[in-house]
Amino acid sequence: MVTARRSGYTVTVPVDYRNAIIDDRPLNNPFGTRICCAADLLLLRKLLLSRWSRVAYVVFPVLVAVPAWAEDWGMGAANRQIARGAVFSPASTPASAIATLAWFALAITAAIFVTVGGLLMYSVVRFRTRPGDDQREPPQLYGSNPIEFAWTAIPLLIVFVLVLATIRTIYDVQAAVEPPDAIHVRVIGHQWWWEFQYPDLGIVTANELHVPLSDPAHPTPTWIELESADVAHSFWVPRLGGKTDLIPNRINTMWIDPHQAGVYLGQCAEFCGTEHAMMLIRVIVEPRPIFDQWVAAQRLTAVAQDAVAHGRQVFQANACSSCHTVRGTSAHGTYGPDLTHLMSRLTVGSGVATNTPEHLKIWVRDPARMKPGVLMPAMNLSANDLDDVVAWMVTLK
Amino acid sequence: MAGTIDDRITLGAQSSDQVPEVALPLLATLHEWVITVDHKKLGLMYIGGGLIFFLVAGLQAATMRLQLAVPDAGIVSPQVFNRLLTLHGTAMVFLVGMPILIGFFNYLVPLMIGARDLAFPRLNAFGFWLWFFGALLLYFSYIGGGGMEGAGSAPAVGWFAYAPMTETPFSRGHSTDYWILSILLASVGSTATAINLIATTFSMRCPGMTLNKMPVLVWLAVVDAGLMLVALPPLAAAQIMLLLDRYLGAHFFDTQAGGSALLWQHFFWIFGHPEVYVLVIPAFAFASEIIPVFSRKVIFGYEVMVAASCAIGFISLGVWAHHMFTVGLTPAGNAFFVTSTMLVGIPTGIKIFNWVGTMWGGSIRLRTPMLFSIAFLFQFLIAGLTGIMLGVAPFDWQLSDTYFVVAHFHYVLIGGILFMIFAAIYYWFPKATGRMLDERLGQWHFWIFLAGFHLTFDTLHFAGLAGMPRRIYTYQPGRGLEFPNLIASIGVIFQAVGMIILVFNIIRSLTSGKVAGKDPWDAWTLEWSTASPPPEYNFEDLPKVHSRRPLWDLKHPEDPDWKYE
Repeated sequence: MVTARRSGYTVTVPVDYRNAIIDDRPLNNPFGTRICCAADLLLLRKLLLSRWSRVAYVVFPVLVAVPAWAEDWGMGAANRQIARGAVFSPASTPASAIATLAWFALAITAAIFVTVGGLLMYSVVRFRTRPGDDQREPPQLYGSNPIEFAWTAIPLLIVFVLVLATIRTIYDVQAAVEPPDAIHVRVIGHQWWWEFQYPDLGIVTANELHVPLSDPAHPTPTWIELESADVAHSFWVPRLGGKTDLIPNRINTMWIDPHQAGVYLGQCAEFCGTEHAMMLIRVIVEPRPIFDQWVAAQRLTAVAQDAVAHGRQVFQANACSSCHTVRGTSAHGTYGPDLTHLMSRLTVGSGVATNTPEHLKIWVRDPARMKPGVLMPAMNLSANDLDDVVAWMVTLK
Repeated sequence: MAGTIDDRITLGAQSSDQVPEVALPLLATLHEWVITVDHKKLGLMYIGGGLIFFLVAGLQAATMRLQLAVPDAGIVSPQVFNRLLTLHGTAMVFLVGMPILIGFFNYLVPLMIGARDLAFPRLNAFGFWLWFFGALLLYFSYIGGGGMEGAGSAPAVGWFAYAPMTETPFSRGHSTDYWILSILLASVGSTATAINLIATTFSMRCPGMTLNKMPVLVWLAVVDAGLMLVALPPLAAAQIMLLLDRYLGAHFFDTQAGGSALLWQHFFWIFGHPEVYVLVIPAFAFASEIIPVFSRKVIFGYEVMVAASCAIGFISLGVWAHHMFTVGLTPAGNAFFVTSTMLVGIPTGIKIFNWVGTMWGGSIRLRTPMLFSIAFLFQFLIAGLTGIMLGVAPFDWQLSDTYFVVAHFHYVLIGGILFMIFAAIYYWFPKATGRMLDERLGQWHFWIFLAGFHLTFDTLHFAGLAGMPRRIYTYQPGRGLEFPNLIASIGVIFQAVGMIILVFNIIRSLTSGKVAGKDPWDAWTLEWSTASPPPEYNFEDLPKVHSRRPLWDLKHPEDPDWKYE
């Protein structure tokens, strides 16, 4: 045994270390070992300036930049046609009520920020030491009851007002009474797409929700029931209303009454797995007559054209039909979206690509190329079958 | 035994300049650190371990920001991205925030109350090693998570892991089990430390230090430990239930067998919201020590500060469902949680006012710890105000689960807590190592990190308002999200440079920093009365105090504090 002595206490070193080289440099850090010295830094410098690292400086950004501009499958252009705006451009009563309350909350918090931030800034600037100040300690002030009372009471009053305004809006939105003319929609969240059922109208569609414009004089709001087929999701279209979660074993409700026709973007807001990011929503708000036309068209069964009959056979004979429904054929699967009127939609893959024959073909051949992790498998069809099945799908207007 | 102690005392560290020191071989040094039960070494190990995981989880965040810098980027796959976000979140809370803050309390509480160690030193070491191996388990999931399926993978369920995504149909392999066990171990370790801290402050204070004369930091440590004691067991219980679900076919959260997904959310947030305060209260504690010293003034309204801290602790136990405003609570339920959430803003506001009151009329020295503290006050003010907005339930229906929330809680966690951790590192580094951190590098670190923080997180508020949900691995062009995301990613570069400066500063100052001496900041609490670094036994003679600032009394015998308290 040898005994090494360090500042403050004695350590007995086990005999095994007896022959180890005991460094007798002065101890200059609390870990007792030398961590970094000038030589290490020189080495690092040499490394960073070496020819090979210079190559890396060029190669690395290129490696990063190349995959960075991947295909957007036409969605960039499609999105740009839609009016911008979100939380603060409401187009529906619940969203307006929220936006009004939000502006109120913003005004209050901004006022608090200016006041408190100003006091803070002032005290830093005013009371900072400057060169040449004497080194005496400032007067010690231990507290003040009147001041403490004031800055407790004033926030309490602010909170009181804000709580009342908030509770009022909560009841306005959540406890609204459903008018007799309301449209009913069941929204069912799936990994990673949306199923929209209209129980009163006998329609099932996916990913793009059609609702009628609601005239404030004769409101025809849409009452939405939210359910989930697997994990938790959240339905969020910022311009039409706040988000509401879709939770398995639970039925939630929300309502919207859009008073401006157009397309509204939204998406799933609760993390739901691999493709959470590409679980997009489009809400299409149409004047009542156009909505009614859409409803009538959606109620029809799929058209049957002899020219594309082989494509239909391929669809029915393969696994396609065990997941998808196409009314008017033998395909009755419910695991994936209903495709009866596929071509009436603007996008495929829950908004991952524009709905063109080329994109459909890529999707059917290998959906994971557009949406990695998607639960639909690559169908491994022969080139002819693929062409035919897509030709048939294009007729599903 | 007595001889040994005598020996130690005569060798006392205050004479370290004269006693020739001998560096031990590396292995012996390591051995010494592994077997230690010394609160200071364990504290430093917590902090050091936390900082290492901070760098790892920070790199994971940087990778995510790289992926999100431009729309439709293909730098990482969605699967990899979701693992990154899960590990980043889990690690930053359980492997970074908790250990660093526990580490500081471990180091400082005995020193500040004039004790020689925590009440249960072995329990302390036990807690550390539970945490340490729990932390390794989390990252080991990258190798072992795939289980029988071959390829390894880390969990991809998000840090709050909402049911039923954690159930076997949706999380196959073992990655989620690693996540569960890791958090279970860390939470048991933290519960042990909480008991230890409470026992220490209530039974080991030096003569004269009544509860009313404890430094504010120690009071906040008590509140923090109390919160941990209440909040962590529900988390541990939920993790055990989840394990039962996954391995024994229990159906607590298994919705396909009639379980409740909401039950998990309640369990998680009954832990999760107090956890926010568990993390931020230490930041309050550092601010309450650093701001007075650098303003050269006694803390304004000590009693009110302590009362406000206790109030925050109590109220924060009744606000959890404000994380759940979108799950379809009843209007009355929403109204209740709006009210309790708003109420917590009042004691928090009082604390900010009192810090400003402390600075008011002082003579403020803008050294690095104070710079970080002032930035903390500003940023925590903003974080509090965006928190009020999120507490307005209808506004939250829009903001919940968006980048606005991400920006808000990063304002709390980075703008608030991390800035105060930096301040605390600059402030107590001389005490722990005997050497000062370089002031010039510190200022560079501060300004560059500040710029990066604001570039990233100010802009992310707007991404959320523009409709960007959190936890998406990519977004499409044409939705108004390109600009804020690019700016946010550029900010990361600045933050990284700031961190490199800090790491460089720490490494350089360990060997060649200016020698600090006992009391480099001319401070007032007991830890500055002993040597830097303090000897293993902390104090040669247990101090005797008469006021909240014993060193002030020593330095100003003509005008001591105890006359006014």
